[in-house]
Amino acid sequence: MSAATVPAEAPERRLYWAIADCLTVVRNELVHIARQPSMLAWQLGFPIVSVLLFVYVFGSAMDVGASVDYKDYALPGMFAMTMAQGFMNTATIVAFTRQLGVMDRYRSMPMAPSAVVSGRGVADVLGASLDLAVLASIALVVGWRPHGGVPRILAAFALLLLLRFALTWVGVYLGLLVPNAEAAGNLFAVALPFGIVSSVFTPPSMMPQWLGTVAMWNPVSSTANAIRDLFGDPAPHGGSWIETHALPMAMVWPLVITAIFLPLAVRRFQALGR
Amino acid sequence: METTSHAVLAEGLTKRYGATCALDDFDLTVAPGTVQGLLGPNGAGKTTAVRILSTLLRPDGGRALVAGHDVAKDPRRVRRHIGLVGQNAALDEAVTGRRNLILFGRLFHLDKRRAARRADELLERFDLVEAADRGVRQYSGGMRRRLDLAASMILAPTVLFLDEPTTGLDPRARNEVWEAVRSLLAGGTAVLLTTQYLDEADKLADRVAVLDRGRKIADDTPDRLKRELGGDRIEVVVREAAHLQPALRVLALVTEAGGEPLVDAEERRVTAPVEDRVAALTHVARVCREEGIAIEDIGVRRPTLDEVFLRLTGHRAHEGDPDPTTPARPDPSADPGGRGDPSAPPDPSAPSGKEVAHR
Ligand SMILES: Nc1ncnc2c1ncn2[C@@H]1O[C@H](COP(=O)(O)OP(=O)(O)OP(=O)(O)O)[C@@H](O)[C@H]1O
Ligand SMILES: [Mg+2]
Repeated sequence: MSAATVPAEAPERRLYWAIADCLTVVRNELVHIARQPSMLAWQLGFPIVSVLLFVYVFGSAMDVGASVDYKDYALPGMFAMTMAQGFMNTATIVAFTRQLGVMDRYRSMPMAPSAVVSGRGVADVLGASLDLAVLASIALVVGWRPHGGVPRILAAFALLLLLRFALTWVGVYLGLLVPNAEAAGNLFAVALPFGIVSSVFTPPSMMPQWLGTVAMWNPVSSTANAIRDLFGDPAPHGGSWIETHALPMAMVWPLVITAIFLPLAVRRFQALGR
Repeated sequence: METTSHAVLAEGLTKRYGATCALDDFDLTVAPGTVQGLLGPNGAGKTTAVRILSTLLRPDGGRALVAGHDVAKDPRRVRRHIGLVGQNAALDEAVTGRRNLILFGRLFHLDKRRAARRADELLERFDLVEAADRGVRQYSGGMRRRLDLAASMILAPTVLFLDEPTTGLDPRARNEVWEAVRSLLAGGTAVLLTTQYLDEADKLADRVAVLDRGRKIADDTPDRLKRELGGDRIEVVVREAAHLQPALRVLALVTEAGGEPLVDAEERRVTAPVEDRVAALTHVARVCREEGIAIEDIGVRRPTLDEVFLRLTGHRAHEGDPDPTTPARPDPSADPGGRGDPSAPPDPSAPSGKEVAHR
């Protein structure tokens, strides 16, 4: 039997392997999705049920002011919330990978160490695109119509994925911080208010003042309001600075989150060796 | 690259976690193509040693060369020459066995064709062809372990680390893993194997290092270690608790020099290290019958890890465990024959039966 020989690797090939290994990890993650489409349904269960509840059950009773149809208000909010809570999945998978020892195997192999983390990030953004495609289809079925024109609609989806990408680092960081996958599941206690205390379901101006302020400054609100704008149904708001600058803030927040949590995640990853 | 004829060379490795010293001034050499056992109870530092040597953990002190490369200074080089099978099966549960091997092959930087070919070879070698295209989630414990081993063999490593590869497996699966490990040795791979089972170290290892609370307390061939440890032990289970003390006195007669009989009151069992297993067995059986000690079971067996530890360290392997076994001496006051010294040299041939006559 021919044992495979050790391939040579020059230092200048590092970048090449960092990308190649990342893609290998990503491809494997896509195989996961293909093998278990039911997982996707589970993950999307909450937003889908919420869509139906809010549109058909509460929708008639909800008045968000002006002449805005609640569907056009709540559905983009739902998109933003799904992206916001996605870091839970990242954290759970990272914690599970570590718990199983797969993380140790990766780290004991001559692959690029960065690929363990970057592969996760890319795979999660691809997975999130799929989430969005499913959610948007359901939204279209229940009567949601974006009317901003194709470039603005694409820009809206890009902003959603940008938020998801930034939060991936929060997920990686938390996934490496918690002792096991079960503990990662408890992060839902953080993810739920993070998604809901925002402009996702109700305008912050209709909340008690202190809560409204928190909700306004929640990064999820900026993304939600920015995409409502891009979809052609601007959200009614109280006119505060943070609300009138939703579009630039929908880009600034993800950059801030990345600037804080990417180094934290990398540091945490390196700390596995200490 | 530093030249060395050792597959593993570790000097003074130390790792502390707060107040606990997980590994304390640990030295080790492993020759190419040999199996080094690392034996110790829970928390002894086995995993810590393996993690340091496989570049997963940075030591606080000391240095280690694996396949000639420094684990701290040149981890990437080391990683191309090692395989690691950790305490948990490190597999992607969601995909098939074959996909696992191809995934890891690609991450070992084999091209697509070679990764696929290598996966086929390894599936064949580890007897997983039939299960190759099933999801790993459906694999048995033994199959997982074999796939895990296969994944760590993709690059034919110079050094293979196996951290408790058979813990939690049933005897059949354990045998499968042992067979797989033996088959690797022909290729010149050096194996560092940690275990809590003395018989596993005995079966597989050329040398065994014994760890206790982070310190290496012995390092020798299994044979010499066992001889030093007293080798075989005779074990007698009596039918009634009242017969424990008399049985203890009988065993004291055949206990080898320096050895000590042990009483396990709960199991109504008395054990003692012996030199000549056959002579000891026949002698004890005869004396017990003569004295009317009702024996439920009698036999000679290898020492357990617990006994090895007691002997080497003077404390139990699992300190704090509720363990009824305690070193015991026969109670001299209850000994009409006056033979109270349990460490008297064994003399199975001597007609000593009458001297210890009881009752
Ligand atoms: N990350 C850690 N943080 C704190 N203490 C640790 C850590 N890892 C190990 N230890 C401690 O170091 C000691 C040695 O642990 P190690 O895992 O090496 O033991 P082991 O021999 O592999 O045990 P087992 O048979 O249970 O696997 C133990 O006392 C353990 O509690
Ligand atoms: Mg261990």
